[in-house]
Amino acid sequence: MPSFGESLRNSQVYKSIFRHPLPLDRRHRVLVILTNFFLHLHPVSIRRQGIALSYTWCMGGLTFFFFLVETVTGVLLMFYYRPVAEYAYNDMLALRDATSMGILRELHRWGAHAMVIAVWLHTYRVFLTGSYKRPREFNWGIGVILLMLTLLLSFTGYLLPWDQLAIWAVTVGSNMARATPLLGLEGPGAALLTVDGIDLITSASDARFVLLGARFVGENALLRFYVLHCVAIPLGAALLMAIHFWRVRKDGGISGPL
Amino acid sequence: MVDPVSYDEFIASVSGPLGWFFVLLTVMNLVAAARTVLGRDGTTLLQWKRFRLVSGQLWVVLAVWFAIQAVLCFRADPTSMAWVAMPNWAKQWVDHWMSPTWYTIGLLGGLLGMFLARRFFVRPPVAWLMLNLSMWFLGASLTDQNFYQIVSKPDNVPIVGMVYLLGFFTWMSAYRAVQNDDRLARGEPPLEAVDDEKTLVWPDLVYIELICMVAVTAVLIVWAIVLKAPLEEPANAAHTPNPSKAPWYFLGLQELLVYFDPWLAGVVLPGLILFGLIAIPYLDPNPEGVGYYTILKRPFAYVVFQFGFLGLWISLILMGTFLRGPNWSFFGIYETWDVHKSATLQHYNLSDYFWIWMLGRELPTASADAGMGGRVAVILWRELPGLLLMTLYFIGLPILAASRIPLFRQLYAQMGWPRFAVMMLLLMWMILLPIKMVANWQLNLQYFVAIPEWTLNL
Ligand code: HEM
Repeated sequence: MPSFGESLRNSQVYKSIFRHPLPLDRRHRVLVILTNFFLHLHPVSIRRQGIALSYTWCMGGLTFFFFLVETVTGVLLMFYYRPVAEYAYNDMLALRDATSMGILRELHRWGAHAMVIAVWLHTYRVFLTGSYKRPREFNWGIGVILLMLTLLLSFTGYLLPWDQLAIWAVTVGSNMARATPLLGLEGPGAALLTVDGIDLITSASDARFVLLGARFVGENALLRFYVLHCVAIPLGAALLMAIHFWRVRKDGGISGPL
Repeated sequence: MVDPVSYDEFIASVSGPLGWFFVLLTVMNLVAAARTVLGRDGTTLLQWKRFRLVSGQLWVVLAVWFAIQAVLCFRADPTSMAWVAMPNWAKQWVDHWMSPTWYTIGLLGGLLGMFLARRFFVRPPVAWLMLNLSMWFLGASLTDQNFYQIVSKPDNVPIVGMVYLLGFFTWMSAYRAVQNDDRLARGEPPLEAVDDEKTLVWPDLVYIELICMVAVTAVLIVWAIVLKAPLEEPANAAHTPNPSKAPWYFLGLQELLVYFDPWLAGVVLPGLILFGLIAIPYLDPNPEGVGYYTILKRPFAYVVFQFGFLGLWISLILMGTFLRGPNWSFFGIYETWDVHKSATLQHYNLSDYFWIWMLGRELPTASADAGMGGRVAVILWRELPGLLLMTLYFIGLPILAASRIPLFRQLYAQMGWPRFAVMMLLLMWMILLPIKMVANWQLNLQYFVAIPEWTLNL
């Protein structure tokens, strides 16, 4: 009598999904990496030090993991949240008061903090092991853009609860755009951009206006930040992460001493 | 902004959690003691005649000490808690000495000292003792209402966690670096090259990833249950909170607004940070030190990065989060956030100092009928001292360094002048920050070069 597990693994359904037996011997441990979509991000074999926690601190991996946590909890939050000034705050209240044991918002917010901290630690480790040097210069650059996107993701999300904490933090942050050289109303050189005595840079056309869709943090800003937070920046970050992982492998795998 | 609860009520509410905090510390030290005794690797910490203190013994002492603290906390009455709490004289002393200048110089000096004496500080017993001391300090401080209020804000709790993570990873990497540097000096390969044969990703890596994921998920869920996400009053554009703070990871930049024009602090400096980070691989001419932790193989890169990361970025975030209160005034960690405390002293520019204070004259001003050229000339004349100083700083010093200081001479030779110039520009900007901050606090100096006419201030 074959055991239940055995007959399961011999069934047509199982074989159609996994394509090979359990990875118990060397041959199948290699095959499992090659034939599984998720696992094939990895190489088949790797240097021992490249996976030592004392070397990588697992921080790149954890950053990615937090990104996934944010994606899942974020999608769930979108079911409950409307990016309209009238509703946004009340949706937050409802999420807090109407759901029992609700920790969705908490998971999303603390996951975001954790992602920021993890990406800093990852940068720290990559610097300390000199892993930005040839041939990994370009991947380090991709990383810096990812670092910026991580902060922007967090920043755009900060506005969405639409409470005092949110709008004033974003007001402080976006006020700086007003000072952009040439393109911000209060930046140096803004007065230079004039045509026939008409200023091109006004409070309704400067860099801050583009960011907020208005002269102050209001409902247009809420909508813009929502779209940036839920669609534009995550897509950009996902693309760059794909390139980042690809380059880790193409640049010769995780760095190590020669 | 202290809650209207009385001190006794407050103490009663924190004593329970604090008790568990001290239980945790007790257990940690018992485990440490057991490990030292079982592993027979106690280090002698102190020796005086026939008296000898071994690390394992110290951990037992600490465990007993923290256990007593825990018992006192669980009794929860004010008399017991008075033994746990940070004494008032100590708090007053700390608040008295805490000023932006001392904070900045102390932190940078402390980092430098630990770097220079790293052989001492990376020793595990020393690191463990420092962890214990900082935890004890944290626990005793949490009995202070002001300290508690600011540290226990939901968005600030992760920052406290981050400080410990940074401490841990900085210690671990420096410990390895010191070991590797010793090995290399003896002609042995670094630790990372030992035992470095290839291994299969399944199961070795896949399992590490799985365990990491499960552990981190557990931490995140506990964190989410214990700490509620903040939700304040509904957004109200008519009511500005005081202080209004940017999200915590941008507080370093917000702090810079005190010293620089917004276009510099908010646009140019963040741009330079991003540019500088991306440029690092192209600016570092040293091919050594790839793939293992080391300090001696790349001391310059190590020091510059630590100065920028821990010494500026992290330090300014901590200052903005914990030490900046209403009106962006500076407050000691135990100080009440008093809305009326105002630090807006009159500040002066270098040109004021030069023309009015040193020469006893008035600031040069253009006559009312001066043309465009005349006005420009007067402005440049007025700001000449600052312009000269900045030219000297940004151009003169790098040239001097490249010709006189051996380290920079070597860098210059390896990099060629364009790359050297870019690196020095970035480096001089980094060094300018603390200089400018201290000048602002100690000399009330606002700008070296002040040309409000063109929104150009530095
Ligand atoms: C969303 C952000 C990021 C994710 C998800 C991510 C993920 C990863 C992962 C999984 C690795 C494999 C090794 C490891 O875990 O340490 C890695 C390696 C690497 N990362 Fe990132 N990373 C991110 C941001 C960054 C940043 C900000 C930098 C640098 C500024 C960076 C630079 C690098 C480099 C140079 C490597 C190769 C390291 C080596 O070969 O030792 N990454 N990254």
